Amino acid sequence: MSEHKNHISSYKSQVIVLLSLIVLTVLTVTITSVHLGPFNTAAAMLIASVKATIVLLYFMHLKFDEKIYRFMVALVLAIYVVVIIITFFDNLYRP
Amino acid sequence: MEQNHVAHTDHFDPVASKLGMWLFIFTEILLFGGLFIVYSVYRFKHPVEFHLAAEELNVTIGLINTIILLISSMTVAMSITALQLGNKKLTMILLAVTLVLALVFLVNKYFEWGAKIHHDIYPGSEFLMSLSKGDMLFFGLYFFMTGLHAIHIIVGMVLLAVVFVKVRNGSVNQGRVSLLENGGLYWHLVDLIWIFLFPLFYLIH
Repeated sequence: MSEHKNHISSYKSQVIVLLSLIVLTVLTVTITSVHLGPFNTAAAMLIASVKATIVLLYFMHLKFDEKIYRFMVALVLAIYVVVIIITFFDNLYRP
Repeated sequence: MEQNHVAHTDHFDPVASKLGMWLFIFTEILLFGGLFIVYSVYRFKHPVEFHLAAEELNVTIGLINTIILLISSMTVAMSITALQLGNKKLTMILLAVTLVLALVFLVNKYFEWGAKIHHDIYPGSEFLMSLSKGDMLFFGLYFFMTGLHAIHIIVGMVLLAVVFVKVRNGSVNQGRVSLLENGGLYWHLVDLIWIFLFPLFYLIH
């Protein structure tokens, strides 16, 4: 049981994760400084989601831990997305 | 027989312990998630005001704070690795570095908020009340959400300080990293929230 549980992230992998997060942050600032209309926000949110996924998988160890955590996180995020969609339908079609 | 009994009183389940931490994190995700929806709806209703109000925010200080939080997330993750490898001293150093970075974040926040308040921009100020509804909403949400986030930073610092003491006195050790792991999860959550706060408030152009 303790066999597969004991994944230890290497220092090197953590430095790589940090560097990729910083690169993505700088990329967000660069992209949003260019005028792309509504695509600015879309691009910023897309990059933020990629960064959040990296943090969840590597720093929060979801990639290496028991599957149950991954399943629960996915479920909660799915519920959240449903709430967002319902809220926006309400807003768009309100008289 | 007696030995067996002693061994069994030591209840310890790292998987369930982490499960509990995740459940708590879900409540935090939905708390901030709700606020992000409030933000989105009001931005949808007042796009121009949000756009103009966001230009008041200092992108540089926001970017510096983002990078500080990302680095502190890495040092926490590294401290877990260090403890799993049995390097107690390095664990403590990395936790101390994390706490210092958290403090730097808060000091930056203090100056950032201080500049806003100096320009008469704070919830309920006369100047803000004279602006449009969209401006009031933007700055209200800005102060509330970054303030709530700062409170989470302080709570995270207290939690990591407790873990630091427990690592030092040996109750959190190579065989029992759960508390450090869970403290780390909380710290990453704080980072996760900031990843969305930063572009939504500082980078609307």
